[in-house]
Amino acid sequence: MATTAKIGVKDQDFLASLRDFFRSILQLEDISGVLAPKKLPMKNIVMPTLVTDPENLEGIDPLAPCFPLNAAKVVSRLTRKPMGGKVAVVLRPCETRAFIELVKLKQGSMEEIVLVGLDCLGAYKNTDYFRFAKENVTESTYRFCKSVLSGNGGRIEDIDLSPACKACEFPIPDNTDFLIGLFGVDTNDHLLIQSKTTAGDDIISRLDLPEMEEPPDRQEAVASLIAEHTAFRDNMFAETREAVDSLEKMTTYLANCVNCYNCRVACPVCYCKECVFVTDVFNHDPSQYLRWADRKGSIKIPTDTVFYHITRLAHMSTACVGCGQCSNACPNDIPVMELIRTVAQHTQKAFDYEAGRSLEEDPPLSVFREDEFDDVVGISAVIA
Amino acid sequence: MEDFEPVIIAFVCNWCTYTAADLAGTSRLIYPQNVRLIRVMCTGMVDPQYIIKAFLEGADGILVSGCHPGDCHYINGNYKARRRIKLLKEILPQFGFEPERLRLTWIGASDGIIFAEIMRDLAAQMKALGPNEAKLKMVI
Ligand code: SF4
Ligand code: SF4
Ligand code: FES
Repeated sequence: MATTAKIGVKDQDFLASLRDFFRSILQLEDISGVLAPKKLPMKNIVMPTLVTDPENLEGIDPLAPCFPLNAAKVVSRLTRKPMGGKVAVVLRPCETRAFIELVKLKQGSMEEIVLVGLDCLGAYKNTDYFRFAKENVTESTYRFCKSVLSGNGGRIEDIDLSPACKACEFPIPDNTDFLIGLFGVDTNDHLLIQSKTTAGDDIISRLDLPEMEEPPDRQEAVASLIAEHTAFRDNMFAETREAVDSLEKMTTYLANCVNCYNCRVACPVCYCKECVFVTDVFNHDPSQYLRWADRKGSIKIPTDTVFYHITRLAHMSTACVGCGQCSNACPNDIPVMELIRTVAQHTQKAFDYEAGRSLEEDPPLSVFREDEFDDVVGISAVIA
Repeated sequence: MEDFEPVIIAFVCNWCTYTAADLAGTSRLIYPQNVRLIRVMCTGMVDPQYIIKAFLEGADGILVSGCHPGDCHYINGNYKARRRIKLLKEILPQFGFEPERLRLTWIGASDGIIFAEIMRDLAAQMKALGPNEAKLKMVI
């Protein structure tokens, strides 16, 4: 079933081996393209890029600590209708999980893609990434990978991984056709490749890669990384819970929000084509503002800030994959991801759901059972 | 606090609970004036945003009430409503809203007496709980 093989690394240059590997994938006759993070020729930033000419694979950089957007949305765009060719899509685990949510909402399809996942080393906030990469993307990616893979962590000088990455309990890709493993692997000599589906199996066998055993240290390396992240996450949950546990505190938490809705635009699982907050529904009659102001003596405008955030929690926290793009996109440094994840933990658990876990699990608000949740019905029903 | 009169917003479905309210009225049953009814076609159309908005505007209690399971005129709207109430009961208490402030009941079209009883109960419970924080504090 699951084949484990290796991708050889020459001169300790694993980025070059990755590029060669994607080149060999692109040369398979049934693969028309590779979608992967690639350095833009005109600037020091890495963006999802669809490559069809192997010559253009130069600059492919899936390990750069750069995460400008959640590419699940990009893949959704590519797969909402038949593309007419198969594309190998290289995603971070949180991007894959967000894409799974979108497929369940019929905003994408698995039909014409091969999902490739790499062990995720994490990423910096956008603004931090620019400071980190400076003039040389490729050199900075090596610096970053060496630090993480040698056990020194993602913090380099004063630049640290984003809180979303530090709190992520899914650094190992799941639900992909195959994964490329780095943790617990001697990356100076080889990278690990492991198939997860028959499609993945088929590709590995056609690439003729030498089989190997999974290195004995891998499981342990992964477990200790996840334990570290989980501890960070639990601490983040506790702090955030404390920071918003009354309406007054929630209002303080969001006080510098300007209702720009960048957090919603950046969110891969905010799936509505038109958000109710940009429609006229809450574009109140001008006289209404005067009446509201009269009630308490004054009113802050834009109004509906807390309303927006709590509504967003109700509409999509069950689908939140914790990618952190909401925080990344906020111009005012509001810890949006922290808030959403802290609440999502409860809403997902209530429906025994985990965003991105499986294509088979229906989004909780899209289904119901006749016999459930009777504890919330009735006049004496009180649940905490 | 003695003279605190809670405001209760009740989203009631046209086919069952609203009909029950109507029946209570035509039967001259007395129920407290704290309850403001909002008639909707079905509990299945009560998006969480309406409930959140009402709380943030200072409603002390919110009731969603519709047909008994199996009786929804749109077949399953009430089951969907139950999931949304479950969802909100996970979310709202995180921000200090007492879960008791949000209720879901099934009141059939002929249950005029039950309707009046539930409204009395609810008003008494909300009065005992005291005012919703949103009424007293600045909400942005
Ligand atoms: S709410 Fe934030 S962390 Fe969650 S999926 Fe959306 S962008 Fe990612
Ligand atoms: S991105 Fe930040 S400022 Fe803009 S709406 Fe979201 S939280 Fe508010
Ligand atoms: S019509 Fe009464 S709950 Fe649906």
